Amino acid sequence: MYASDPMRRNPLYAATALIFLIACAPGHATPEQDRDELVRFFEQRFPDVPLDEYIHGALMLSEDAKSQYDSIMEFPPFQGDIDRGERLWKRPFANGKTFADCFPDGGRNVAGKYPYYDADTDRVVTFEMAINRCLRKNGEAEFPYGDKETMGVLTAYARTLSDGMRIDVRVDSPAAQRKYRAGRDFYYRRIGQLNLACASCHVDQAGRYFRDELLSPGLGQPAHFPVFRGGEHLNTLHMRYQRCMEAMRAVPFAAGSEELNNLEYFHTYISNGLPLKASVYRK
Amino acid sequence: MTAAHPVRRRFLRNCGTLVVMALAPLRALAAQWNKAAFDARAIDESLKQIGATSLAESDQILLKAPEIAENGAIVPLEITSRIPDTRTVYILVEKNPQPLAASFDFADGIEPFIATRIKMNESSKLRIVVKAGEKFYGVVREVKVTIGGCGA
Amino acid sequence: MADPMRIRVTLQDDVADVKVLIFHPMETGLRKDPISGEIVPLHFIKHVQATHNGKTVLDAQWSQAVSRNPFLNFRVRGAKAGDKIAITWQDNRGESATIEARAG
Repeated sequence: MYASDPMRRNPLYAATALIFLIACAPGHATPEQDRDELVRFFEQRFPDVPLDEYIHGALMLSEDAKSQYDSIMEFPPFQGDIDRGERLWKRPFANGKTFADCFPDGGRNVAGKYPYYDADTDRVVTFEMAINRCLRKNGEAEFPYGDKETMGVLTAYARTLSDGMRIDVRVDSPAAQRKYRAGRDFYYRRIGQLNLACASCHVDQAGRYFRDELLSPGLGQPAHFPVFRGGEHLNTLHMRYQRCMEAMRAVPFAAGSEELNNLEYFHTYISNGLPLKASVYRK
Repeated sequence: MTAAHPVRRRFLRNCGTLVVMALAPLRALAAQWNKAAFDARAIDESLKQIGATSLAESDQILLKAPEIAENGAIVPLEITSRIPDTRTVYILVEKNPQPLAASFDFADGIEPFIATRIKMNESSKLRIVVKAGEKFYGVVREVKVTIGGCGA
Repeated sequence: MADPMRIRVTLQDDVADVKVLIFHPMETGLRKDPISGEIVPLHFIKHVQATHNGKTVLDAQWSQAVSRNPFLNFRVRGAKAGDKIAITWQDNRGESATIEARAG
C-alpha cells in the first residue's frame, strides 16, 4: 500500500497517484496498452524472434520443428478437407447466391477484421458468426459452431482467402471495451482443477516446457486457425480453446459461446498487425 | 460434441471412393510384395529378409529427418543417395511393430532421391538402407518421438 | 467426392520434380474406431508405381507405417515440357487408382 501521508499533505500528489492507478491498474489499461505491454514482454523474452514469426507459435523456437512444419505444409495431408471447404464455399444457396456474395471482395482479405463489436446486438461477432449470418440472410440453415464437417472445413478454406492479411481488430467504444475486458479477464483468470489461466502457460511460461510440450506464446495464436493437429484432425480456434480448458481440468464453454467470442476478441486484438496464415499443421 | 458422426460419414465416403476406384486396372503392379520382410518383427530379421546381411555404414546417404518428431504419425523424411548405381532405398524403424516401413526401387532416369512421411510408434533408431549394385549400405539416426502433452 | 490423389509436377531444366498426395486411410490394424470402439482393420497401400511417358521409373513397396494420406516426392531426369508422369497405387484390398500429369 501507498503511505497515506504524502497524499493527505499534497493534493497534486494524490491526483497524480489517482491517474497512475487509472492508467495502470489491471483491467483499466486501454487495449492498446495491453497489446504494447505484451509485445514488449515477448520481445524481451525472445529478443531474436521477429514479431511476424509469432504466427508459427512454438515452432518459432525450434528449427527442427519448423522444418517438419515446412515439409508437411508443402503438400498437407489435410488438403482434402480444405478442398471440401472450397466446394462448400462455392456451392450456391437455394437462391443462387454464395458465401462470397456476403463479404466484400468475395471474402478476400476479410478475416483480419474479425472479431468485431456489433453495437446493434451488443455482441462480439466472429468470422464464424458472419458465416452463419450469411446463411440466415439467404434462408439457409446455420452451421453448428463445433461441427468440423460444415463450419470446420468451410472456414479452413474461407480463412485461407485472407492469408497474409494483417490482423486489424478494433475496440473503439466503451461497450466494445466491456467485451474486450471480459475476454481479457477470462485470459488471466485461473480456472479448473489445475488452477491455471490461459496466461499461465502462454504468457508467464511461454517458451518453456510443460512436460514434453514447448509452450507457445499467446501472441500470434489466433492468426493460424483452423489447425490440423497430427496432420488430420481439424480444430477451429474455439475447439482449441475447449481442448485447453479440458487440459486445465475445467468444463469447456461451447464453441460459439459469448465467453469464447469475448476471449477471441481479446486474444485476436493483442495479435493486431500480425499476418494471417490459415489452416496449418501443428503437432 | 458433434465431432464423432462426421468422422464416420467421412470414413464411409472414403470407402465409396475406393470401391469405385477398385475398377481401375492395375496389372503392371504385379511385382512381388516382400511379405517376409514387411512381416518381420525384429530389425535383424527385416534386414535379413531384404538381403542386407552385411551392411556398410556410409556417409554418402544423406538423410533429412527430425531430431524430435513433432508427431509420430507424420514424420517427414528426405533421402538422397550419392552411392553410384543406387537401386533401392529401404526405410526401417527399429522399434515399430514391423520395422520395415517402405522400399523404393529406382529405375534409370530417376534421381536417387525420395521424400515421404512415415509413422513412428516411439523413440527409435531410424535406419536407411541403400542397395547399390549388389551391396548394401546404411545410415542410422535416432529420432525422438514425444507424447503430445496437451493432447495425451 | 474427394479426389483420390493430387499431383504437382514442376520442371527445372530437364528434371521433373513430382509431388504426390494420396488420400488413403493407411490403417495400421491397431487403431480403435472412436465411435464403435472396434479395431479398424488393416488397410494400406502396398504398391506405388511411377511412370515417365509410360516407362517405369519408380516402384515402391509400402507397409502400414507410411503416414495416412501419404506424400511422395521424387525427381525424374531427362524430362521435358509435355512429358506424361503417371502414378498408380494398389492397396491390400486390391483397390487402386491412377493419376496423370504433364510436366512443365
